[in-house]
Amino acid sequence: MSTLDATDIRVTFGDITVLDGLSLSLADGEIVALLGPSGSGKSTLLRVIAGILTPDAGAVHIGGADVTHRPTHQRDVGMVFQDNQLFPHLSTLDNVTFGLKMAGVDRGERGTRGSRWLRRVGLPGFERRRVTELSGGEAKRVALARTLAAEPSVVLLDEPLTGLDRDLHDRLAIELAGVLRDAAVTALLVTHDPDEAAVVADRTVLLADL
Amino acid sequence: MNRLPRWFVAALAAGPLVALALFYAWPFVTLVTEAVDRRAITDTLGSSRTWGVVWFTLWQAVVSTVVTVAVGLIPAYVVARFDFPGRSALIGLLTATFVLPTVVMGAAFLAMLPDSLDRTVWAVIGAHVAFNLAVVVRIVGTLWEHLPSDMEYAAATLGASRGRTFTQISLPLIRPAVTAAATVVFLFTFTSFGVIRVLGAVGTRTIEVEVWRRATQLGDVGGAAVLAMLQLAVLALVVVVSTVSQRRHSRAIALRPSAPRRRARTVGERRFVVAAAGGAFLVALVPLIALVVRSFSTPSGWSTYAWTHLGRQEVRPGLRVGVDPLDAIQNSLSTAGWATLLAVVFGALASLAITAAQRHGRLLDGGLMLPLGTSAVTIGLGMLITFDAAPVDWRASWWLVPVGHALVAVPFVVRSCVSVLRSVDPAMSDAAATLGAGPVRAWRWTVVPYLWAPLGIGAVLAAAISLGEFGATSFLSRSGGETLPIAIEQLLGRTGSTLQAQGYVLATMLAVVTITLVVVAERFQPSTRSTQAPLP
Repeated sequence: MSTLDATDIRVTFGDITVLDGLSLSLADGEIVALLGPSGSGKSTLLRVIAGILTPDAGAVHIGGADVTHRPTHQRDVGMVFQDNQLFPHLSTLDNVTFGLKMAGVDRGERGTRGSRWLRRVGLPGFERRRVTELSGGEAKRVALARTLAAEPSVVLLDEPLTGLDRDLHDRLAIELAGVLRDAAVTALLVTHDPDEAAVVADRTVLLADL
Repeated sequence: MNRLPRWFVAALAAGPLVALALFYAWPFVTLVTEAVDRRAITDTLGSSRTWGVVWFTLWQAVVSTVVTVAVGLIPAYVVARFDFPGRSALIGLLTATFVLPTVVMGAAFLAMLPDSLDRTVWAVIGAHVAFNLAVVVRIVGTLWEHLPSDMEYAAATLGASRGRTFTQISLPLIRPAVTAAATVVFLFTFTSFGVIRVLGAVGTRTIEVEVWRRATQLGDVGGAAVLAMLQLAVLALVVVVSTVSQRRHSRAIALRPSAPRRRARTVGERRFVVAAAGGAFLVALVPLIALVVRSFSTPSGWSTYAWTHLGRQEVRPGLRVGVDPLDAIQNSLSTAGWATLLAVVFGALASLAITAAQRHGRLLDGGLMLPLGTSAVTIGLGMLITFDAAPVDWRASWWLVPVGHALVAVPFVVRSCVSVLRSVDPAMSDAAATLGAGPVRAWRWTVVPYLWAPLGIGAVLAAAISLGEFGATSFLSRSGGETLPIAIEQLLGRTGSTLQAQGYVLATMLAVVTITLVVVAERFQPSTRSTQAPLP
């Protein structure tokens, strides 16, 4: 049984059909890159999987369970947003450990695990930093650490490296691949950059082929 | 340089400055002097009745504020996040409710509630909530709209339920707006006067009502002045605390120009939007409908009698009571006419002076805004006790009421004009100078033409304010000179179904006129950035 199954997903906005009967499966521990031009519905698919958007038709299974009508917070999915969506009123550590807090992990344990994740993404000692003062690359690493620290079954990454300068982009792509592999997670990466897909993912699929 | 000569700017500012000093600053100083009197202070502050009034004022304001904010957050969220048919109509309706004269809102709740509930504190709080819902929806909704919805989704992907997303993420981020809205609602409800005069019963007196009662009913001017100062102190404290809190909690959020609103997609979402928007519609609309309905209802069934017989009623053959509704309409129209004229003339001069004087202009700008921060009752009381002895014994003068109204309306005229005048490109004036125009002529042809459109809007707002003004008028109007709000309060306070129905007729008329005026003003509101006013 695969970890993630999206079956016959159909999404329309008014008269516009964004996704029409699309299916995709990810095996356990597999990192898949979903490639397609902007506006092709890649992000829409991620949002359907995350439960942010309800599809007009189709089903989403995670770990074998039908989660199509389950709210986002009960789906066990994590998501790295294109623009990070760090919580500006919380410290860097509190951002990273937000998912642990929601899961009821106690404060001491959260601190330990949060700091460990900050070290893993190359930001030791950043615990008390304000997230509004982080550089673009640092914010991206915090967003990744925040998602992985919650230990979801499936990690969704929505163009996570878009908007960074070329140099930083290339370095982070390699780091991202390393961190995702170390964590042994199942991940779906949406991108329009074939090189990025090749560096990060085990398998690349074109949206147009689905 | 092409600057306007100093004497010219001074001449523009002179009129507004003198008027402000004479009709605002002097009465205010008189009031303070009146309050700084050992006996008045000890008598007033030593009386348990005073503290009873202060306690009532405080707790009803706190409860009104908490309920308004709690209830208002739901439509604020729906308006910020969802696109639905009737969305702008809902915002418009709530805003219309907010601009209604307080007396009309009181009348609407009196009309709606069963006899067992009207004239109770719950009626007062209900009216306060319906009245101020727009404050929360507009202030909080605007910030919420700019808060990326993805941030809430990010919390959800980390396992936060809707409730926890709200308490942990949304609420802390919209907190500055919530604080600002709560402050405005608190200030309005703490100084509530018209609503309480219409809806309140014995024992439900705010400080504002007590000031009026002591000054005009009991002749205790010293006590009234002490209470007015006490109220001012509380209000100043609230504003300071609120400002500090908003500064401390304001965040650098990556605010989008405006996060896209979406249509409700699931059945649950649709139900939620319908319930929240529908509920807000009902809260705003039902009291207004009740107002109209009651103007047609008599003990013997439906009748247009109150509408067609609006003249003074004979209670018994040959005996007529108090106020004549037709006179009140006439008084209100002429008062509003004069108040608008005064507000327009002084507002225009002030706006031109403020923009021409640049740095010093801010001082005049701030000074003219002061009447906004002072309750209308305080202004009325100050004028009442200042202009009662020769050579300024003006209390019987017909023009004192319009002057009081103009004082309250000028800030609105100035705000409307200054924002447009400030956006006029100064390079145009330089261009005129290169074409041979002296500074005054250049100003006359490049700046002044932009005054007329915003001045027109200011005039409409001034008329609306004057028609609904109740606080200052309560002190300044003389018997026979009753304006509409005064007449409404008096008619609704009397027994007799015809008198009551007449009160509802007047309230309905006032509601329709006010809403029409404000809609007209909003419709013609120019975008402040455009400099495309019609040139003569």
